[in-house]
Amino acid sequence: MSLKRSKRAIRFTVLALAIGLSVSGCGNDFVILHPAGPVAASELNLIEITAATMIVIILLVWVLFGIALVRFREKPGNQAPYRPLWDHNRALELGVIAVSVVAATIIAIPTWNKTFALDRIPAGKTPIVIDVTSLDWKWLFEYPGQHIATVNYIDVPTNRPVLFELTANSPMNTFWVPQLGGMEYTMPSEVLPLWLEASKPGLYWGRSGNFSGSGFVHMTFDVHAVSQAAFDTWVHTVRTTKPPMTMADYRQLLKFNWIAPRYYSAYPAATFPAETHGFTLEGGMYMEMQPTPK
Amino acid sequence: MSSLLAQLFPPSTTRNMELSADVLIILTSAAIIYYLTRWHRWKYLWREWLTTVDHKKIGIMYLIAAVTMLFRGGVDALLLRAQLAVPNNHFLGPLHYDEIFTTHGTIMIFFMAMPLIFAMFNIAIPLMIGARDVAFPRLNAISFWLFAFAGFLFNISFVIGGSPNAGWTSYPPLTELAFNPGVGQNYYLMALIVTGIGTTATGINFLVTILRMRAPGMTLMRMPMFAWTTLVTSVLILFAFPPLTVAMVLTLFDRLFGTAFFTIGRGGMPMMYVNLFWLFGHPEVYILVLPSFGIFSEVVATFSRKKLFGYSTMVYSVLAITFLSYGTWVHHFFTMGAGAAVNVFFGLSTILIAIPTGIKIFNWIFTMWNGRIKMTVAMMWALAFIPTFVVGGATGVMLGAVPADYQFHNSYFLIAHFHNVIIGGTVFGLLSGVYYWWPKMTGRLLNERQGKWAFWLFFLGFWVTFMPQYALGFMGMTRRMYTYSHGFGWSSLNLMSTIGAFVMGAGFVVMVYNFVWSQIHGEIDVTGDPWDGRTLEWSTPSPAPEYNFARIPVVTDRDAWWAIKQDHKSNVIQIKPQEIQDIELPKSSAIPFLMGLSFFVFSVGMVFSWWWIAVVGFLGFVVCMLVGTFDYDDHKEVPRQVIQNTESALGRLQG
Ligand code: HEM
Ligand SMILES: [Cu+2]
Repeated sequence: MSLKRSKRAIRFTVLALAIGLSVSGCGNDFVILHPAGPVAASELNLIEITAATMIVIILLVWVLFGIALVRFREKPGNQAPYRPLWDHNRALELGVIAVSVVAATIIAIPTWNKTFALDRIPAGKTPIVIDVTSLDWKWLFEYPGQHIATVNYIDVPTNRPVLFELTANSPMNTFWVPQLGGMEYTMPSEVLPLWLEASKPGLYWGRSGNFSGSGFVHMTFDVHAVSQAAFDTWVHTVRTTKPPMTMADYRQLLKFNWIAPRYYSAYPAATFPAETHGFTLEGGMYMEMQPTPK
Repeated sequence: MSSLLAQLFPPSTTRNMELSADVLIILTSAAIIYYLTRWHRWKYLWREWLTTVDHKKIGIMYLIAAVTMLFRGGVDALLLRAQLAVPNNHFLGPLHYDEIFTTHGTIMIFFMAMPLIFAMFNIAIPLMIGARDVAFPRLNAISFWLFAFAGFLFNISFVIGGSPNAGWTSYPPLTELAFNPGVGQNYYLMALIVTGIGTTATGINFLVTILRMRAPGMTLMRMPMFAWTTLVTSVLILFAFPPLTVAMVLTLFDRLFGTAFFTIGRGGMPMMYVNLFWLFGHPEVYILVLPSFGIFSEVVATFSRKKLFGYSTMVYSVLAITFLSYGTWVHHFFTMGAGAAVNVFFGLSTILIAIPTGIKIFNWIFTMWNGRIKMTVAMMWALAFIPTFVVGGATGVMLGAVPADYQFHNSYFLIAHFHNVIIGGTVFGLLSGVYYWWPKMTGRLLNERQGKWAFWLFFLGFWVTFMPQYALGFMGMTRRMYTYSHGFGWSSLNLMSTIGAFVMGAGFVVMVYNFVWSQIHGEIDVTGDPWDGRTLEWSTPSPAPEYNFARIPVVTDRDAWWAIKQDHKSNVIQIKPQEIQDIELPKSSAIPFLMGLSFFVFSVGMVFSWWWIAVVGFLGFVVCMLVGTFDYDDHKEVPRQVIQNTESALGRLQG
């Protein structure tokens, strides 16, 4: 009875998954499957490698399990061997260890390579720097090179790395733009680096990935990737048509609320920490802080 | 007065849901008090349960507490899923949602899974290794009462004072007073500190029990697998809980006494908390799953009527897991900027730990191979584990691949992963254990037909609930969001997940029905060995008498009971009257209960900053310690004659 039922169960699950996926339009909504830049693409590539390896293991287990279940059921007239004392088999056990080690190695090598590769901005490209501060419950973006600031919205040039320097004047959040790449924490009195790059123009949504209180859901922002020329025009517009941010404005932003995007032609330098416990793009928190290119 | 009321009943405790809970609590308590008084059960309750130090009864109390907490945590889960069923839902507001996911996670880990694990330890381990009780029976009762009062403390936050709302991980600075006023977070901290003390004591207790109290002939390598996993779990507990306690105490100091260990200003370092928490937290996930691994090993071997395959490989895998599990904690915060070298180290250690875990899965399959598989409910839970857990382990490895985790961290992919391993591993395993050892606990068999209904509902509900969540992770949905808008395309998968959750809920209801029904109408287990078992607990009658074994068995084989049965060609072994001697047993004591109560009073004082109450509670604790220390009258002698009568009534006396 339960064999039939479990078959039905599997069929049902597959069907349900298929319906779920197709209703949700298996398309562009799967943001992680649609990278728009080299970091996200590289991460997706690793996801694919690990997923493929793991699916092989899963199927191996499922098939062996299924065979065992069918062949060795206690039922009258079952012809399969019954060996109640069979409790080891060196070759078999070594085989299992070998399969596991091979699978682990297939995953370990690209993990190693990519972790180091993605920790560095590719040589020869000058990044544009954006200082990011998570506040309750909004994102403040400051462009130290362009001297402008925005809230909950940024423009970035395409095909140029963007170095986000992340901090918080609030509980911890994570800064995440799935189509451009993975997330990184924002923490008070630390500055953590994260670099991303958009290779296609487009509007990409971002949000906080770490719960930070009752307004956390509203910590969303948009990243607009445009050509370098369009970016320069945008900066110019902000600089010439928007008001500067004063310290008083900044304190307004610290209030516990959420707001629509804002733009400032300038901002007080004191709003971003000059010192940190010492995270750098190349090293751990226990290494010395190195000057980052501005 | 009114300020006191405001402190006790802030607005968050006067919403409809909380008020209905008040009514329910009052009605239930009244019903219980009425029942106990009407049938004169108070004395019985006190004598037989509240003051007991018998591991079998403590195990049953753990089980009842755990099932109750599974109910509370489950209701929380259904509320969360109801809120997420459709986009832009207004069923729960943001604050309410935050409180409920916090209590859900905390209760499920600390007040459902942990006590269910200890229920299994208590019910099975002494019987399995041929011991009369645990090494420190009174300490065992103290552990239970610390847990029980901590659980009680945590739960009343819902209706008095307000619930915590910063998640089961409760990272600062969100837990700092500035962002988290009110007493909710104090409840969380005190509850975890108190239950943590109890848990550590349990770890010590079972470590010593297994190392020192095994029956003659039971060498380490002849121990049942469950004894092995209990042993290493105890070791893990011993090293994992101290960092948690430190993290909790320091946070409490920050909140109550104005220190600045983790605060946003004055040089606090929140990341230190994160390190401490996961230094506990990763070993904790293995504390949760290793006991279940042990249970699977027993159940799969029993119901395949075969020896466990690859016993020594299993033992070494478990030891490897224990050792490695201290070297992986950073994988919970790869995205906190520790740098590439550190991340690679912890990424590889995470992938490495999956190897021994994977090996064990194959060994269970080979245990079935060449056996004869009998589909009891206990076996079905164990079998369901194999195809389910392998998926959770696989997604764990995907999370361990550092750059991939940058995308998955804190997303619904992560949520799906850990529910996949915790439900598919821990919970399936523990439920398998409950169905397996139920006759040993109660003397009655659980009804199989009802059990199968419960199983299929829960099992199918599980897949429908959590598979869509993997997909939601790929769609960028992050954890702890109380609502979402329509545009992301998350709606149908969320709805599906909610439907699955309610199916699981139905499974739980059927299961509880199954327990209650079988207690009244269930078949009585006359032999004490209903499954044709392999290990020593099945050599005793069901339920086992207070002294467990009239004569301690001598072990000659890994499957000790199986070997004895082969020799005697019978599964009820009779004992000669002259073999019976007086037995010394630990005596019941009120101290453990009173100690739990003292801790409770102390905690209430700390939660509300009512120092004089805290002092009273603390003094109560000191008095309990002193009285306990000088209480030399802690043993009783069961005379030969009594044992002889008991055994003869059980039909186990020769001649
Ligand atoms: C094959 C073995 C496993 C591997 C490789 C693995 C890997 C991971 C990784 C890398 C994370 C962190 C992901 C992130 O936060 O971004 C994680 C989270 C988690 N895992 Fe596993 N895991 C494994 C087995 C288990 C088991 C057996 C359990 C429990 C029974 C478990 C419970 C959890 C929990 C509770 C979390 C998340 C906690 C939280 O953030 O609230 N895992 N796992
Ligand atoms: Cu972990």
